[in-house]
Amino acid sequence: MTKEDCKKLVIDIISDIAPDEDLTAIKPEVKLRDQLQLDSMDFLDIVMELRKRHGIEVPEADYSHLASLESCAEYLTPKFAAKA
Amino acid sequence: MSGLAAGIRLAHFGQKVCIFERHNAPGGLNSFYSLGGRKYDVGLHAMTNYVPPGVKGTPLGKLLRQLRIEREEFALCPQKQSKISFGPRGETTLRFTNDFAVLDAEVAARFPDQADDWRKLVELVKAYDDVSLDARPLSARVVVGRHISDPLLTDMIFCPVMYYGSAQERDMEFGQFVIMFKALFLEGFARPLDGVRVIIRVLLDKFRAAGGERRMKCGVRQIIEEQGRAARLVLDDGTEITAGHVISSIGYPETMKLCAPARTAEADANTGALTFIEAISVYDRQPAEWGWGDDTIIFFNDSERFEYARSKQQVDIRSGVICLPNNFDFAGAQLPEGIFRVTCLANYDLWAHLPEEQYQAGKKRWFAEAVRSARRFLPAADDAVLAGAQLATDMFTPRTIRKFTGHLNGAIYGAPHKIRNGRTHLSNLHLCGTDQGFLGIVGAMLSGISMANYHVLQGSAGQDR
Repeated sequence: MTKEDCKKLVIDIISDIAPDEDLTAIKPEVKLRDQLQLDSMDFLDIVMELRKRHGIEVPEADYSHLASLESCAEYLTPKFAAKA
Repeated sequence: MSGLAAGIRLAHFGQKVCIFERHNAPGGLNSFYSLGGRKYDVGLHAMTNYVPPGVKGTPLGKLLRQLRIEREEFALCPQKQSKISFGPRGETTLRFTNDFAVLDAEVAARFPDQADDWRKLVELVKAYDDVSLDARPLSARVVVGRHISDPLLTDMIFCPVMYYGSAQERDMEFGQFVIMFKALFLEGFARPLDGVRVIIRVLLDKFRAAGGERRMKCGVRQIIEEQGRAARLVLDDGTEITAGHVISSIGYPETMKLCAPARTAEADANTGALTFIEAISVYDRQPAEWGWGDDTIIFFNDSERFEYARSKQQVDIRSGVICLPNNFDFAGAQLPEGIFRVTCLANYDLWAHLPEEQYQAGKKRWFAEAVRSARRFLPAADDAVLAGAQLATDMFTPRTIRKFTGHLNGAIYGAPHKIRNGRTHLSNLHLCGTDQGFLGIVGAMLSGISMANYHVLQGSAGQDR
């Protein structure tokens, strides 16, 4: 899986969690919180959906890696690779 | 309703969930019943916390996201307008709508010398972190009193806020005040055309789709404690169930009394005393025909000071809430019949143990008294016209509430002291719903969501359970 694939999976999750957000113009390097209205409940859901859909575990200490789309891809791509 | 919301969250994330409900109808305090071929809502005057599509970051938006519900599924129709009407004939009135500017302008017009302080209070409410699970309790009377000095304005602000959710007499915790103030005034009122059952139906469908299980007419009789945990549940039919987590939506004292060994002292020290009656009239035409077509909800009080406390008589008709469900903006549709509901404070003990004949006589007497009191705050209508249009009436009393919801003392808003973090003396027994302290229908659902997240899902996000 490439980092781009990984970003797409994260966007899929966010679009299900927050269907009322416009995800077409997300800047990958900008924090998600700064461009979307996501609160801590929504971030918990990103973690939970990663686990439910893809079997990826994100320990609480690593939540900061989910700040932007770019950092998500950086952090998650090796995890997807390890599963494959 | 809070239990269903918690169940949806847990089932969605793969937990095995079963909801046990003693009643044959789902919804708890926000349910409905059928009588004479009609469906009546139990709790719902209006769903509070309404915001129009596109407004984000409010409780309604959070719950829709968390439960993966599309906004359209609730089919919410906003109120037309409501008012707070005080004085023996409603001499002082504050109108409010789902646009806060209306109330703000009314306060400034009626209470010009309080306008600046009122706006400071509103700013404080907006900035207050009302969803903190570990906030220090503050008296709302004290905090509001620092801003508003006019007793009439103070009472007019407190009246709707208390009637729609305070479990405490005469005062409330400031966090609770903030939740209600936002829910009623900064957000607003709406309902689905078909009432609360629309919302319950959506929740049931989500729960089922997520793989959740329900057992109706199957209450929990006992929660058996072993080594500081809820080890087993004993059901009404004697079956024993084990579970990793138990979330109770039946109320704090009610839950404490189910525990074995029972926590009777804790339960008795935190049992609510506030209960209500509601008088419901059904008409064969729209109340607008006799001039009652403007207001959706009216909060009224006829006395010098507004007293939110357990009634000394069976019913306290000095104040109350009128609901005219026909006066939501149903976008061209309309309820087939006219409905007029009046809610007043009551006294559980004076209703609970009456012989049947006296109970029925009490209902008849107080139905008429409550309606008479409420009509002072509505445009004058001809008695003969109303009587001619009347198809049916019904009334619930504190005894009805106790019977169908199990709430001790018929206390709709539960225990006076809320358990915000939902913890109990047992490590895996958690509370959600009215006694966790998020109020109203939206609050009930958010309570279930928050407690499922906080006690079960957050802890398990990085590990298997």
